[in-house]
Amino acid sequence: MEQRVVNQNEYVQRTLTNKQEFSLKKFFLQWEWLLILVFLLVLAINTHLSPYFLNGAGLRDATMIFLDKAFIVFPMVMIMILRDIDISVGSTVALSSVVMATLYNNLGVPMEAAIIICLLVGALCGLINGLLIIKFKELSAVIVTLGTMILYRGLAYVILEDQASGNFPEWFSFFGWGHVAGIPFILLVFVLFAIGFTLLLHKTTFGRQIFAMGNNPTASRFSGVQVDKIKIIVFVLAGLMAAITAIFLASRMGSTRPNIATNYELDVIAMVALGGISTAGGKGRMLGAIIAIFIIGYLQYGLGLINIASQTMLVIIGILLIVSVVIPKLNLKGIFSRFVKKRNTN
Amino acid sequence: MAEGTLGNSNSVQVAKKTSKLAIVSKFRELGLLAFIILLCVAVQARNPSFLTMENINDMITNTAILSILALGMMLVLITRGIDLSIGATLALSGMIAAQTVSANQGLHPILAILLGTIIGIVCGIVIGFLVSKFGILPIIATLAMMNIFRGLTFTVSDGQWISSYQMPESFVSIATSKILGINTLIVIAVVIYLIAFYFINHTRTGRQIYAVGSNPDSAKVSGISQTKILMLVYTIMGGLAGLSGVLWVSKFASAQGDTASGYELTVIAACILGGVSIAGGSGKLSGVILGSLLLGLLNNALPLLNVSPFWQMAIQGSIILIAVIINTLVKRGVVRNNLLRRKI
Amino acid sequence: MRRFLSKWAVVGLTVAMLAACGDQKTNQGTETEGGEASSDGGTPKYAMVFKNTGNPYGEKMMDGFQEAIEEVGGEVILRAPDQPTAEGQIQIIEQLITQQVDAIAIAANDQDALEPVLKKAMDQGIKILSVDSAVNANSRLVHVNQADPERIGRSQIEAVSEMINGEGQIAVLSATSQATNQNLWIEWMKKELEEPGYENIELVKVAYGDDLRDKSVSETEALLKSYPDLKAIVAPTTVGIAAAGKVITDKGLNGKVIVTGLGLPSEMASYIESGVSPAMFLWNPIDVGYGAGIASYALVQEEITGKVGESFEAGRLGEKEVVEDGDGTQIMLGDPFRFDAENIDEWKDVY
Repeated sequence: MEQRVVNQNEYVQRTLTNKQEFSLKKFFLQWEWLLILVFLLVLAINTHLSPYFLNGAGLRDATMIFLDKAFIVFPMVMIMILRDIDISVGSTVALSSVVMATLYNNLGVPMEAAIIICLLVGALCGLINGLLIIKFKELSAVIVTLGTMILYRGLAYVILEDQASGNFPEWFSFFGWGHVAGIPFILLVFVLFAIGFTLLLHKTTFGRQIFAMGNNPTASRFSGVQVDKIKIIVFVLAGLMAAITAIFLASRMGSTRPNIATNYELDVIAMVALGGISTAGGKGRMLGAIIAIFIIGYLQYGLGLINIASQTMLVIIGILLIVSVVIPKLNLKGIFSRFVKKRNTN
Repeated sequence: MAEGTLGNSNSVQVAKKTSKLAIVSKFRELGLLAFIILLCVAVQARNPSFLTMENINDMITNTAILSILALGMMLVLITRGIDLSIGATLALSGMIAAQTVSANQGLHPILAILLGTIIGIVCGIVIGFLVSKFGILPIIATLAMMNIFRGLTFTVSDGQWISSYQMPESFVSIATSKILGINTLIVIAVVIYLIAFYFINHTRTGRQIYAVGSNPDSAKVSGISQTKILMLVYTIMGGLAGLSGVLWVSKFASAQGDTASGYELTVIAACILGGVSIAGGSGKLSGVILGSLLLGLLNNALPLLNVSPFWQMAIQGSIILIAVIINTLVKRGVVRNNLLRRKI
Repeated sequence: MRRFLSKWAVVGLTVAMLAACGDQKTNQGTETEGGEASSDGGTPKYAMVFKNTGNPYGEKMMDGFQEAIEEVGGEVILRAPDQPTAEGQIQIIEQLITQQVDAIAIAANDQDALEPVLKKAMDQGIKILSVDSAVNANSRLVHVNQADPERIGRSQIEAVSEMINGEGQIAVLSATSQATNQNLWIEWMKKELEEPGYENIELVKVAYGDDLRDKSVSETEALLKSYPDLKAIVAPTTVGIAAAGKVITDKGLNGKVIVTGLGLPSEMASYIESGVSPAMFLWNPIDVGYGAGIASYALVQEEITGKVGESFEAGRLGEKEVVEDGDGTQIMLGDPFRFDAENIDEWKDVY
């Protein structure tokens, strides 16, 4: 037993010090290439199908439609690498935006302060998730966040009841609608966060500790990784990013309601899954998830331009998800060699 | 002498107490049960019509479908899986069954149930195949199939609902009829639970499900076919979801494309509340029943409490969290107690 | 080699998948009138966005819209998100803007949240009108109103009062607490109850079934238990009224508690025939869609601009006038239609 712990320790140390194992890198390189290929295909086929698709302004502004929930993808990647899941993010979006709108409209808090409080509320929601998860280790993150999912949205209903709250100041619409030098503001922010989170996950000790914990939580604890602290930070990040989504969404809709961002959690999980992050933990790269966001986003946009019925769109996205997960699992080489053998014998 | 007997009887009493406690402590969902009882008392105090035969009957009838689904989900969770597609499977099988009975009014209700179950089984086999043969993570496979089944339901229905006037009386009466004075839905649920009890506890395959869940590697070493077991649990889940689809449509006398949308989370909540571990390997029927019952209780009691509708959701969320936490604390206490006793 | 192959497999599968969608394009959404499909923007394009997909009420409304556009000539685009959310509708409207449609008729999931995107559409010269479920006055030219909300609210109370002989407890079972249409109608119901003649009617509770079957059933059961003397349930939503009808039927309370409100005739047929619901109301969704289609045409042809006092020839609906509606303007189609045992047979197969 002790021997095993030592071995595990070594393993963790290795993952902590070596940036990536070579074979692992090779595998993921392949996955990301595949995703990029799918992405290019989506672009090509959409261009073929709709004369409106390949239009600079359209393509650029399409990002404004689907990037709002994409902010949550970053922390969700980390959470899923940790073998956890957070399904309360959609409700956190609703609660933090509702608090922001209520503070501004009903309590006369300046918008700038309301935005900061919105971020704090998001972070607090994440903190509560994180604390519950580390205090009650027997409970899985699913049940904790399932409970808080209902609770947070419930609180949003308690605050706003059947009302919508809007009338934000003029400048607030910049978040969801503004351009900086011709580029949508939301895309700029997204790129910044994408770079930040990629570096955080792949270039820092913190990131490597996440991978170590995902690979082997027990061993990580023994080798001095502050397991609890990392979990809390990651869940707080999830809440914080949900609050950022809340700001962009509220700005885009010019108002907010307790029922916004319903089912966002499943959309986010689909993006993370397509990005090659395994829920079994320990594996995955930020880049994959980022490409996946654009694949799903542009696929939906392109299919929308040719006015596919939304039920068909559901089926297509489902198939895409399965196909992209099945392909790397197929033993294509084996099939191919059998095929060749058959031909030879023939 | 007198003192001696006194001491003796005292120790006997203590021994008796601990043994009673030992029996009780074997029942791990004790905290949950206590919580449910407390909740019942509280609700009864506010609305006396809560603990009437009629309301209890309504509550259990409304919970029957949930408990059937939770049973299937328990098996899936035990194998370390999850199934997010059951709401969509339920809608698909319900819709096709409803369309079939509306086109063939003379169809025997048993055949309708069978048809729905078969559709569910087919859906389950597809998922089982993806999970067991291709090794796709259950959450991804079922998330994708959830989209596909839901899309199919909308396509099959062409945006139309099947309304009660299109359904023959015999079909609607599946859910309203009574067997021995008990609603058929409850009877079906009880029968399924009895079969499941035998299957899980007294058959080799049933035990293998737990083996695969608690330690896949050693299960493999001991010659258990993981593929077969995974295939089996997803097929059972699909079949139960298909059955529930028919029951659902019959109960509400209407089939919609968006039937039971999001219901999978309620089912998963029922399981986890009942102590089924998402990490696999553990889960008991008694727990799942209690978990379903707690959710059914909430759905039934919250409207009765006359609280503001805007507070309902927040209260529901808090109660789920509190129930889970209390259950955890009680379990911890029981475990500590067990350890203490072992030392002595 | 494996990488090479897997790449091609992906290519093949994706092509097949998307080709399949390409095929569907012709029969799914767009239908070109007159055969001369021109992508250069020759034929005007009219879009309708409904609340969610798989909703028979919406399907019928879209049928009516299509009928109208086919009459006047033009391309029809019918869209609906898979969930009834404002976010989904924003996404669809953005796509319609890119396609440079000429008019969008929208049944809104949220009256305020679509304002920015609809303003953007209007800035690009797209004519925006709302139908069935209004958007706020800033984000539309005109609203096509299925029936006067005041009449909808008041006539339900008038009907229920008649059914219970002006005496007893009633309850309302609504959709979600966020549903703007229902909330407005319930406001008018409450106002009507303040009028003389309703002194003996007591509205005991407004419950929300969220348009979910199971929740609506639980709420109905709770109403029956909490208020044993309840005389009537008014449910101004299809799922709610059908669920209430089902519960009353199953509990054998037919005749003791009556159900009325707004519902699809197909969903309510069996309860109206059995007498659980002596009568209920709805307008004709086909006509609503048709009216919206003709109004879109009139807006695009600049026959009307959405100002009070204008009028146009609305095909088989006759002449319609633009009238005032709070801050904005609207086109009123008529009173809600009353369905009872007399006429339900002819309507249950229609919608």
